[in-house]
Amino acid sequence: MHIRFLEVRDFRNYVHARVELTPGVVVLTGPNGQGKTNLLEAARYLSVYSSHRVSGDRPLVRAGCERALIRAEVLHGDRHLRLDCVIAREGANRVRLGGTPRRVGELIGAFATVLFAPEDLSLIHDGPAVRRNFLDGILIERRPGLAEVIRGYDRVLRQRNSLLRSARANHIPQSQLQSIASWDTQLAEFGAELEQERWLLTRALVVPLAEAYRGISGTDDQAIPRLRSVLIPDDLSEHPTIETIRERFLRALEEGLETDLQRGTTGVGPHRDELDLLLSGLVAREYASHGESWSLALALRLAAATVLRESSPAGDPVLMLDDVFAELDAARRERLAALISSYEQVLITAAIPEDLPEFHRPVQQVHILAGQVVDAAAGAPAAADGAAAGEPPEGSDPHHPVPPADVEAR
Amino acid sequence: MAYDGLIQQLIDELGRLPGIGPKSAQRIAFHIVQDPHYDPKPLGDILDRIRDVVRFCTICGNVTEQETCAICRDPRRDHRTICVVEEPKDVAAIERTREYRGLYHVLGGALSPINGIGPEQLHIPALLKRLSDPNVTEIIIATDPNVEGEATATYLSRQLSVYDLTVTRLASGLPVGGDLEYADEVTLGRAFQGRRNLGT
Ligand SMILES: [Zn+2]
Repeated sequence: MHIRFLEVRDFRNYVHARVELTPGVVVLTGPNGQGKTNLLEAARYLSVYSSHRVSGDRPLVRAGCERALIRAEVLHGDRHLRLDCVIAREGANRVRLGGTPRRVGELIGAFATVLFAPEDLSLIHDGPAVRRNFLDGILIERRPGLAEVIRGYDRVLRQRNSLLRSARANHIPQSQLQSIASWDTQLAEFGAELEQERWLLTRALVVPLAEAYRGISGTDDQAIPRLRSVLIPDDLSEHPTIETIRERFLRALEEGLETDLQRGTTGVGPHRDELDLLLSGLVAREYASHGESWSLALALRLAAATVLRESSPAGDPVLMLDDVFAELDAARRERLAALISSYEQVLITAAIPEDLPEFHRPVQQVHILAGQVVDAAAGAPAAADGAAAGEPPEGSDPHHPVPPADVEAR
Repeated sequence: MAYDGLIQQLIDELGRLPGIGPKSAQRIAFHIVQDPHYDPKPLGDILDRIRDVVRFCTICGNVTEQETCAICRDPRRDHRTICVVEEPKDVAAIERTREYRGLYHVLGGALSPINGIGPEQLHIPALLKRLSDPNVTEIIIATDPNVEGEATATYLSRQLSVYDLTVTRLASGLPVGGDLEYADEVTLGRAFQGRRNLGT
C-alpha cells in the first residue's frame, strides 16, 4: 500500500500542510526542528493511533489549539482508504474511515506500517517488555482482533494482582480465596491464545530475521529469535495447541498461588515472556556490540515488514525510516537501502541528504521548512500551489468538516 | 475560569456527577441560570426528596418506592426464573426487550478487586436465600460482557453448582468489553433466546 496524500492541521508545528506522495522512495528533508519527523509521525499515527515519540496525545496538538487533524488517503490494492483523525487536547479523539466514524480498535491493521527509528536500539538493550510489545504490535497488525485479547489479558491480570495484594494485606488464607479461580479461568483463556500467537509469530520471524541480519551486517552470523516461556513445552515435536497451553497455565497458576500470595503479584504467564535474540548463539542483550545491536534492531524491523508483507496479499506495509541512516556507516547504509527499496512506499527523514545512499529508483524529495512543505518534487504539488485535480480546495470539503467545539470526555 | 459565588458552586456540583465534564457543567449551569423558558423548581424539588423516597427492593435489590418492587409483586411474572444482573439499569435494559417474563436479582456491581469489590460486597447471600423457594428452577446470569462481568458469572455459577438448578449465561454476540445497558434491544433479546447452559 502507499499514501497518496497526507494532510495535517494544527499538528505539532504545522498550521496546515498537505502533500501528495508518490509510490517508491519519498525523502523528507530539511534542517532539524522544522517538522520532517512531525510529518512522519502524523502518517504513522493513522496506522497505530499513537505516537512513537510521546506517550500521550497532548503534545501532538499545536500550542494554543483545541484539536489537531490528520487526513490521508492510502491506496491498498484497488481500495482507497480515506482515513482521518481528530486529536482533541481534551477528551476523546475521533477517527473515521471514508468519512464514517469508527472506533480506533476497528481501524488498527487497516493501514500497516513499519517504523524504524533511532530508539529501536532499545529493542535489543532494554528489558523484556519492549520485545513483547514488538511481537504484540505485529500480531495486532496481522489480526486486529487480538488487541481485544491482549487488553482482556492485561485487565484480568491487574484484577488478579489487585486481589493478591489485598489478600496479602488482610491476611486472607489461600483456602478462603475462592474468587481467584474466576480470574484464573479468564487469565488462562486470554493468555493461552496470546501465547500461541506469539509462539507462531516467533517461528514465522526465524527465516526473515536471519536473512535480514545477514543482509544488513554483511556477515554470516546467525540471528535467531527464541520465545522463552514456561507455558510452551520444551518438547516441540508437536505444535503447542491452545488447549495444551491453557492447561499448563492453569496448573502453573495453581502451583504458584502460594508464592503469588506472598509476593502480591502473578509470577507466571505471557506477561513474563522473554523474546531472546541470539547472535551466533549468544544473547544479544548481553553480548552484542553497538554495531551488532544496530544491525539486529534494523533486522527485526525488516523481519516484521516481511511478515506483514506475506500476510497481506493486497500490498506491502509502508516503511518509515526516521533519521536512521545518520546512525549507520556507509556500507550498512547501502545494504539497508537495497533491502527496503523493493517496498511499495518508503518514507525517509534525513537532515543531511548526503547521509542517504543511492536507492536505484526514483526518489521524491519533500522539502520542509518551519512547519511548511516548501517543495515536493516529482510532480506532486505542495499545498501552497493548490490541491491536485479532483480534490476540492482545502477548508471547503463538506465530507471533512472540523467537528464542532463541544467534543468532551465522558 | 472561575466565577463568583453560587454559579461556580453549581458548576462544581454538576461537574461531580458522572458523565458531565467541565464544559457541559458550565453549559448546563448557565442554561439553568439564564434561560427564560426553563423552570428549575421541579428539578430542585426532586433532588430534595429523591433519597428519602427511592429505596431498593428487599427481595431483588431493584429500585422501588415501596418495600418491594413492581416486578417482584407482579403475580403474572414467571417466579421460576431469576435473572441476575449487576445494576438496576440492567433491569430496565432487559425489560425493554420484552423477551423476559421472570424475576430479577440485582447484585449491586461485579467482582473488581481493583475497586475493592469482592464477593462480600455483592448481594450474593440474598440471592442464595431466594433459592430456598422450591419454585425457582433457572438462574440466568446476565452480568456485563466484560472481564469483571465474566469473573462474576464464573464465581456465581460455582456457588450455584450445589443447587438443583439450571444455570445459564446470556449468549455471546453482545459487544465484548461493553456494558449490558448499551446493547440494543434486538441484540440483547437474541442473547436471551440463545443463552447457554453453564452446567451444574
Ligand atoms: Zn424486587
